[in-house]
Amino acid sequence: MLLRPFSLIDIDPIASHNDKRKLIEEIVTDSRRTLSSRMTSVPRGAGLKGYEMRYSALNLVRNAFSGHRAWPVAWRKAAPQASYDVVIIGGGGHGLATAYYLARNHGITNVAVLEKGWIGGGNTGRNTTIVRSNYLLDTNARFYEHSLKLWEGLTQELNFNLMVSQRGVLNLAHTPGQLESYARRGNAMRLNGIDAELLSRDQVAAMVPRLDCSDRARFPVLGGLLQPRGGTVRHDAVAWGFARAADQRGVDIIEGCEVTAIRRNERGVVGLETSRGAVQAKQIGIAVAGNSSRVAAMADLHLPIESHVLQAMVSEPIKPVLDQVVTSGATHFYISQSDKGELVFGGDLDGYNSYAQRGNLPIIEHVIASALEMFPSFAQLRLMRTWGGIMDMTMDGSPIIAKTPVPGLYFNGGWCYGGFKATPASGWVFAETIANDAPHALNEAFTLERFATGDVLDERGAGPAPWLH
Amino acid sequence: MLLIPCPWCGPRAQIEFTYGGDADVRRPKDAMAATGAAWHDYVYLRDNPRGSHDEIWQHSAGCRRWLRLTRDTLTHAIIDSAPPTKEPPS
Ligand SMILES: Cc1cc2nc3c(=O)[nH]c(=O)nc-3n(C[C@H](O)[C@H](O)[C@H](O)COP(=O)(O)OP(=O)(O)OC[C@H]3O[C@@H](n4cnc5c(N)ncnc54)[C@H](O)[C@@H]3O)c2cc1C
Ligand SMILES: [Zn+2]
Repeated sequence: MLLRPFSLIDIDPIASHNDKRKLIEEIVTDSRRTLSSRMTSVPRGAGLKGYEMRYSALNLVRNAFSGHRAWPVAWRKAAPQASYDVVIIGGGGHGLATAYYLARNHGITNVAVLEKGWIGGGNTGRNTTIVRSNYLLDTNARFYEHSLKLWEGLTQELNFNLMVSQRGVLNLAHTPGQLESYARRGNAMRLNGIDAELLSRDQVAAMVPRLDCSDRARFPVLGGLLQPRGGTVRHDAVAWGFARAADQRGVDIIEGCEVTAIRRNERGVVGLETSRGAVQAKQIGIAVAGNSSRVAAMADLHLPIESHVLQAMVSEPIKPVLDQVVTSGATHFYISQSDKGELVFGGDLDGYNSYAQRGNLPIIEHVIASALEMFPSFAQLRLMRTWGGIMDMTMDGSPIIAKTPVPGLYFNGGWCYGGFKATPASGWVFAETIANDAPHALNEAFTLERFATGDVLDERGAGPAPWLH
Repeated sequence: MLLIPCPWCGPRAQIEFTYGGDADVRRPKDAMAATGAAWHDYVYLRDNPRGSHDEIWQHSAGCRRWLRLTRDTLTHAIIDSAPPTKEPPS
């Protein structure tokens, strides 16, 4: 079958659409510009000698003399204080990024992050590390593109190696209809100033030699949509890097501290009960992903969210065989190779409400069956581990980052299966929403009320069935 | 693998079933008279409990009937399976 690839439009001549791109650039530069005026100097960690030592080649050599035993801790083990200006519930990437940007962008440093387990022990440390901004809807595209731009400079900014690898994210098309829909999405991305390339079958075959692009393939490959700037970021490092940078600006990161109640009076929130005692707070931000409904219920909020389990798995480590992230939406499967050499596989939700951080075998079998149809040579590999995480699935598949009806209480959640890539932008706009008691331009549409007003952001047009997004 | 007891066919593998979601959402009785708020609650809001959950499944690759399953969302243990006749709570 010969299919002529569509060519994507060149956006430059289209003036009206350039305006859109300018808008994103303005939003981003504007938030950068206002930073310097807002930044305050933060008291340094007194009494913690060498505690702020930067990671650098010089310090690596210097620490070699003490056998690398004298490196300072990356963040203090803080105990809860009696009161804070802002308390963030949840020490995943989103909670930690929010605390960091509260300090960095808004000079708010009397902040605690309360985490019931250990930081990054939730979805932050369980995801398959893919970052991208290949969205169709303008609201999502602009938000995720802001996130990708932040990822591009974050290793230097945090002085922590996040192993940002812009290896490209390739979506495979298996039918002519899918290729048309990719042309549409690629054009929408370009109109929003985001990189997108539509590839022919030959181009895909040359780029991914292990992929079966032959005419005999059970799932024939007709082409693909590539976002060259997409890729992967080391997930644990994101939690640790934000934690260290927030801690250096004075934020208390308190692990092993479960929030059990949110205290309010008629004027709004006043504090929290935790497994380590009561804490007063002027403002509270919720960033607890899969536990969103339970924590929001502490303030009598009823959410358009269901919790579902998503699984992933890795093979034994092998030499480099796959340079990109490759996804096949039609067969519910995606794959990349980690720096350790493991092939990382993922797919769809198990598809029923769950708070168990583990799933069942049918999805594992389904993912691997798709993988082996497309990459027959991977049949020689052994599967090493599988695991699951709890997804906060919204009714339209898009997140919520917003004020709530309770004064002083802010909600960040509904990340579905794709919140890792959002981490920096989510922290950025959530910090602004809390600092100004009003949303940033990039999260104005991510409200709780959009479901009542009909302004849902349904990227897939799947309707209000969270397990289908 | 969940082993789901169909009230008509007996215990069957999870892959024969299709999930239909929370069984206790209540469609407004008088559709024309219902307020926007009532429709919003029905279409979008969910209790999403951690623990016992009543949910609708269809035995789509079997007898094709709908059933009401009570399942623990934390342990995945199946507590009860019944025909979907019970009225949702008001
Ligand atoms: C298998 C899998 C693959 C994924 N792949 C990708 C991917 O490739 N790309 C992508 O962008 N996204 C991916 N995701 C989604 C992504 O991981 C999540 O959307 C994101 O990590 C959510 O971030 P978070 O910081 O809010 O969550 P979390 O890291 O889960 O943080 C929430 C924290 O809140 C804590 N908490 C909960 N209740 C309380 C309480 N009462 N008191 C105190 N603390 C509490 C939890 O312990 C947890 O640490 C994947 C997820 C999974 C499970
Ligand atoms: Zn049956």
